[in-house]
Amino acid sequence: MTPLVTDNLTDSEVAEKLKGILSHHAGERHELIPILQETQQHFHYLPAAAIREIARFLNLTESAVYGVSTFYAQFKLTPLGKKVIRVCRGTACHVRGAGKVLGEIEKTLGVKAGGTTDDMEYTLETVACIGACALAPTMTVDGETYGKMTPKRITEVLGDGGKTG
Amino acid sequence: MTAEKPASAGRTIYVCQGTGCVSGKSQQITEALSKAIARQGLAGVKVDFTGCHGFCEQGPVVVVEPEGIFYAHVTVEDVPEIVTSHLRDGKPVTRLFYKDPVTGEAIPNHKDIKFYSKQQRIILRNCGVINPEKLEDYTAAGGYASLKKILQGLTPEQVIAEIKRSGLRGRGGAGFSTGTKWELCRNVPGDQKYMICNADEGDPGAFMDRSIMEGDPYSVIEGLTIAAYAIGASEGYVYIRAEYPLAVKRVRLAIQQAEKEGYLGQNILGSNFSFAIHVKEGAGAFVCGEETALMASIEGKRGMPRTRPPYPAVSGLWGKPTTINNVKSLAYVPVIIARGADWYAGIGTDKSKGTCVFALTGKIANSGLIEVPMGIKLREIIYEIGGGIPGGKKFKAVQTGGPSGGCLPEAYLDQSVDYESLTAAGSMMGSGGMVVMDEETCMVDVARYFLSFTQAESCGKCVPCRIGTKQMLDILERICGGEGVKEDIALLQRLGEEIKAGSLCALGQTAPNPVLTTLRYFMDEYKAHIEEKRCPAGVCPKLIHYYILPDKCEGCGICARECPAGAVVGGKRMVHIIDQEKCVKCGNCLEICPEKFSAIVKVSGEKPDVPDKPIPVKAKTKAAETKLPDTAAEL
Repeated sequence: MTPLVTDNLTDSEVAEKLKGILSHHAGERHELIPILQETQQHFHYLPAAAIREIARFLNLTESAVYGVSTFYAQFKLTPLGKKVIRVCRGTACHVRGAGKVLGEIEKTLGVKAGGTTDDMEYTLETVACIGACALAPTMTVDGETYGKMTPKRITEVLGDGGKTG
Repeated sequence: MTAEKPASAGRTIYVCQGTGCVSGKSQQITEALSKAIARQGLAGVKVDFTGCHGFCEQGPVVVVEPEGIFYAHVTVEDVPEIVTSHLRDGKPVTRLFYKDPVTGEAIPNHKDIKFYSKQQRIILRNCGVINPEKLEDYTAAGGYASLKKILQGLTPEQVIAEIKRSGLRGRGGAGFSTGTKWELCRNVPGDQKYMICNADEGDPGAFMDRSIMEGDPYSVIEGLTIAAYAIGASEGYVYIRAEYPLAVKRVRLAIQQAEKEGYLGQNILGSNFSFAIHVKEGAGAFVCGEETALMASIEGKRGMPRTRPPYPAVSGLWGKPTTINNVKSLAYVPVIIARGADWYAGIGTDKSKGTCVFALTGKIANSGLIEVPMGIKLREIIYEIGGGIPGGKKFKAVQTGGPSGGCLPEAYLDQSVDYESLTAAGSMMGSGGMVVMDEETCMVDVARYFLSFTQAESCGKCVPCRIGTKQMLDILERICGGEGVKEDIALLQRLGEEIKAGSLCALGQTAPNPVLTTLRYFMDEYKAHIEEKRCPAGVCPKLIHYYILPDKCEGCGICARECPAGAVVGGKRMVHIIDQEKCVKCGNCLEICPEKFSAIVKVSGEKPDVPDKPIPVKAKTKAAETKLPDTAAEL
């Protein structure tokens, strides 16, 4: 049941950092998802040691916490790259060529959707819909939205962080 | 409000800061405007921002009031000219006016833009008008008058009766009477009840709820508070997708401001009614839009639906009576209370009252958020408000209801848009996504796309949904890949019916709809894929081929340089050829080939006469005599 992780933090370091997050929660079950969200925001993924600590704090089994962590797409059990690219696969983006945009990024970075580059610079993900359909096809880099994407604009966006014209 | 220069006096310049326009640097535009106005000393001009205007396609949008000048596609570089020419000298910048996609005419005032003039904006009335981070803007526009009105003189039963009489139906998709839903919960005894706003807008191709929360979060909070009063709840939740950070921020702010002003909290406005709202962020599971899954998620569990009954009205969040309403349903409530049930019931059709909000997207000239009266024709939405299909392409289908809905063909364009008519046609009203598709959209690919979505989002509880959608997806992928067999069609139909019958929640019950409606209306496309191994829309990569026409190629070599797969072979002044084994069907060559040559064609199911090896350009006379099939030229 231990998730596969490769990280540089020791378990005690993780537990130490987690204390700050847990200190403003009461230890009730309904706090699990907000705690996981805060933990992920801090570590950019959910380290195995964090899952253990959270389970202990909420008096849940590790498997219950793991079950929730794997149910929701937001939670990651492996470290993400420095920058997270999300390519929208919404309907409007799909019919306006999101597939080609994704293909171009996969080619440029040399990773498939869901993967992280070897140098840990980029993680490439797809997202069901970011709700910016009028600008389709869209993608986000670290939460910033780029609209009306074309395969040609990929180097521009990834190269210097240039934005929608 | 005195100005140094008369031309600028009393103007406010509003910059849209919805998600779409922000991605076009609208925050930087706001800053640049403030600086430029200060530099020029235009004391009478104010700079402010609003939420989404709905016309995201034209973003970043800047509006100058009171004259109503609408600027489209504004950039930071345009700011000096707007400030100097318009705000200082009183001469609007004509080059930034919106241009009608049909007539090409430049239209200065937003009131004259067809996209807006055909709409009837009730719950979008404040979107793009008020500053969504200023409560005083909302109250100045009549906000919180309804809450005051009910707390001063209406019983919960009277509120419920008013909402019932208005005919308001749930805007989350199912269309159940909102007043009746409240009444059921009101009538269940219980010391603790919960009122939840479902803002887990997950349908791909839909952003109505996001825009309302970003443009007018106050209406949603006021509606939620009135609903809580009606059912007798003291605690409430807004469950918002984490993918909508700006909506989360503005809803949280609206709640804090309401608490400060006494619209939320203990003894609201001096009454006996107390109500507190918590915000819960979703964590990326589409199924959590289903009410029982949503409640499980708030409780900190895996968001899996459960059997109903008991319905949430009887046993909901933590087993307590609970009502769950969509963002839009709640946003209607303050307006209905303010203007009366009769006014609201006077809009729309016999059974579907009021207006409906759609996110109009896809192959349409005017993409954006629209609000129209129920009963409007699809044709009016697509051709009058939407401005038709761009690039002179032909309409093929309109998709409503997201992954639960269906694709309607041209024959249904004069269909009335309301709950019953759309359901009868095999689609559904849904939450408000409306995606337009043109002749270059493959309907089999669209069905495959939706199935890939629902298959990935199935929570896995019901076997027919978990495994059935996977089987359907596999079949559709085979068909798109040119390996479909005749029996596939009957199998898809059977699986679709069985998944609908054997699934607990609406996700599984509706997942087959995109496949079943495309089978019903676009059978010829399925047959072309299966029997002729041809994709008529030229979309499915395994069924299309790119060729270089020898009579048109001048051997310039641009395509060879752009080809990512090294599939284009040629040489200086040689007619190039594409190695079909190496070609990855990216289409770069077709896009890059200079228009004066237009030497590259995309075909499906046929092959133009092309040489096997590169030939010198001058030697191509013979090949030029062979004519292309007409269909290939059209593609």
